[in-house]
Amino acid sequence: MTIEANIPTLPPLSAQSGNLRPILEWLARRAEPVAISLGAILTGLALFSIFITVVGKSPIDLFKLMYTGGFGSWFSIQNSLSRAAPLLLTALCVALPARLGLVIIGGEGAVVLGGVAAAAAALPLTGSVSPIIVLVVMAIAGMIMGGIWIGMVGVLRHYRGVNETIASLLMAYIAIALMNHFIEGPLRDPASLNKPSTTPLPAEYMLGSIPGMDVNWGLVIGILACIVSWILIEATSFGFAARIAGGNVRAAQIQGLPVGRLIVGFTALAGSFAGLAGMVEVAAVQGSANASLAAGYGYTGILVAFLARHNPLAIIPVAILLGGIDASGGLIQRRMGLPDATVLVLQGTLFVVILFCETFYGRFKIFNPDLWKRTA
Amino acid sequence: MIVQVRDTPLPQAGKAVGIQTIGMTMRFGGFTALDNVSIDVPAGTFHALLGENGAGKSTLVKCIMGFYHQTSGSLSVDGREVSVQSPRDAATYGLGMVYQQFTLVPSLTGAENLVINRTHVPAIINWAKERKDLAAFMERMPFKIPLDRPVSELAAGEKQKLEIVKQLYLGRSFLILDEPTSVLTPAEADEMLGLVRGMTERGELTVLMISHKFHEVTKFTDAVTVLRRGKMAGSGLVKDLTTKDMAAMMIGDVKLAELDTRLPVPADARPILVVSDIKAPDRTGLKMIDIGNLTVHAGEIVGIAGISGNGQKELAEVLAGQRPPDAGSITVKGALYGATRQETRINNVRFIPEEPLNNACAPKMTVTENLAFRTFDVKKEGGDALWLDMKSMRKRAASLISDFKVKTASHSSPIASLSGGNVQRAVLARELTGDVDLLIVSNPCFGLDFSAVAEIRARIMKARNAGTAVLLLSEDLDELLEMSDRIMVMSDGKLVYETPALSADISVIGAHMAGHH
Repeated sequence: MTIEANIPTLPPLSAQSGNLRPILEWLARRAEPVAISLGAILTGLALFSIFITVVGKSPIDLFKLMYTGGFGSWFSIQNSLSRAAPLLLTALCVALPARLGLVIIGGEGAVVLGGVAAAAAALPLTGSVSPIIVLVVMAIAGMIMGGIWIGMVGVLRHYRGVNETIASLLMAYIAIALMNHFIEGPLRDPASLNKPSTTPLPAEYMLGSIPGMDVNWGLVIGILACIVSWILIEATSFGFAARIAGGNVRAAQIQGLPVGRLIVGFTALAGSFAGLAGMVEVAAVQGSANASLAAGYGYTGILVAFLARHNPLAIIPVAILLGGIDASGGLIQRRMGLPDATVLVLQGTLFVVILFCETFYGRFKIFNPDLWKRTA
Repeated sequence: MIVQVRDTPLPQAGKAVGIQTIGMTMRFGGFTALDNVSIDVPAGTFHALLGENGAGKSTLVKCIMGFYHQTSGSLSVDGREVSVQSPRDAATYGLGMVYQQFTLVPSLTGAENLVINRTHVPAIINWAKERKDLAAFMERMPFKIPLDRPVSELAAGEKQKLEIVKQLYLGRSFLILDEPTSVLTPAEADEMLGLVRGMTERGELTVLMISHKFHEVTKFTDAVTVLRRGKMAGSGLVKDLTTKDMAAMMIGDVKLAELDTRLPVPADARPILVVSDIKAPDRTGLKMIDIGNLTVHAGEIVGIAGISGNGQKELAEVLAGQRPPDAGSITVKGALYGATRQETRINNVRFIPEEPLNNACAPKMTVTENLAFRTFDVKKEGGDALWLDMKSMRKRAASLISDFKVKTASHSSPIASLSGGNVQRAVLARELTGDVDLLIVSNPCFGLDFSAVAEIRARIMKARNAGTAVLLLSEDLDELLEMSDRIMVMSDGKLVYETPALSADISVIGAHMAGHH
């Protein structure tokens, strides 16, 4: 309940609090998303503990194992970071359109097709040009493919009024079917017998690891993409226009802002990040496009973006946290005899709690300067 | 406490109850919204509650209705002190409220709306019996409304009457009406208030009406209480008070903004906006709006009158580029105009849509950001800006906030936390700064208090005198008569009548609004 409508005037603040108040306000507004997100995660872990207790295991042991598996050693940290890399890019595919008020959940489709496009673009080039050029061409192909794929969702949304959430989700299934068509048909490497794949990338053409780490360059690409996205949204006039359109599309129209172009541009950019995730998966992990591209990164990205409240910088720590939870799945399976889907239960629980906690914004007096006491 | 809910489906002929508040005080944290307010509304009277936005009117009625629990003070019904913990308790004592916005379910008929609102609705409703009972109930009501049609097909006046009938049907005999006529035409308002007045005179009903309109108060009510900044500013019988007395109590010693003297429109004034042969589908998609010719010259205000829903919204949307027309052309200063940001900027066109929070602001963005909507993408020295300049954005916002006296807790509060009048001030600050050649305004004063209205009208008149062409779409005929140079009437999607405002005849305008032409 808010009472601002009943506040007739703002009495002058006393000189002393007048100096402090802007700083306190700034702190309060910044602290709110951090505190609520942490609260949501803790609540999610508490609910998950109940679940674990019900299946007869000790939640304490489980959390210890999760820590060990995710962040307990240099090996597990590297493992977590590797898993976080694609999530950074797929989370951007959700977060950027979300700033325009669009809920896009079909990043998986752009990942898959971006990977196929990257693999296909590399085929005619390997052996004749230098690895760096091949990788750049692959990245561009993946980004263009992903951009077109999610950009189409934006076009359908703006020009035909098709719901973007449903369209992107259904198009993800089409994308997976298309991938299967290509890797089992025109692009299939005849040597891939059990698992249809495209012709593998020769080892010297693979995207290598960051020096001193067993983590591929995808992590750096992902972090850079998050930083660029943050600058785009927070510091440029395009980002501001997108925030206006996301805040109220009617207000944006009345200001003459090109809402259609913003929607198509932002969805295409979002899709190109997901397509880049597919390219990294092919160039750094799989070595070829195959069914392993559809590993659910697009869907985990949704969770990351919502947990980060669609703030590209917050995506970085959240993706690493989720990467860690993901990395601990194997250890939990081995040591506790729990199926590794257990971590999916945790992810699902966190997601529901996070969506629920959205309703708490502005409710806590300590974080909402508009409810603060005024000194008369 | 055992409460007997007074919710008989068909109450006996109503018997009015009176209420009294004694020393009602309500604090929210450190802020006192209501300070020791005692009012007395005897049974069978029609009492007006006046006050500006934020004066404490809604806090007082929410305390009476049990939405808020007062910090101190008490409420008596028919002389007995009662404890109202919830709206359900209020219902027990026969207290009911009609809100500013409609609360009916649009897809259900009037009869269905009445029956489903009872506290105890049987699992299987015997409609034949209910209809018979309702018919008998409506016999005793002064209001005549078709109960068998979906509410969405009713006119605003009929809906408002149905809201009142609903309260009476639920057995309430003390009603709070919150600005009940704000969505009605003058004729509808007079009819409805006349009928309510009749019921109070017959002792069937007691009414406490929140209003901003003095002519309603003087014509229909018996007594008035005025609140200012949470305190009693005065009360008395309406027959003993002049409008001037009441206004003085409401606003205190604040001076209202006065309209500039209207400068004559020069004979050779340049046409700024020319709309010709525009055809566009309306919201339902079933009907068309069809504007043959509409011209607005520099330095004049053209007012568009009409009952809500006759195509004014669609016309405003076409002009703002939100609704592409099927045919016809819009020119501004002689050049074709498509409402792009570029064209809007070159021609100095500004829009102030109705309900500015929902149509001209991003509610969750800060006041500073909202004030920058028009200028964030231009550099100070001209040209398109790629990078946001937060520093000059904040500076500009600070000066607009102080120039237009926008009251906000902080510059980085979300704009949704401001009161309606202050949101409108912020939008005016954004849109009326700099050169304005064409201003398109829709219901700029809807739901605002007195001093905000006076100030906003003064600003528009000032812009007009400075040579701005103003197109004013309004559902408030008084506003149009006060502001306009010419008035056109819109009915069924067409402009059907035009008259100079000076020689305008309200009854002729009213007839055209109602579709007689």
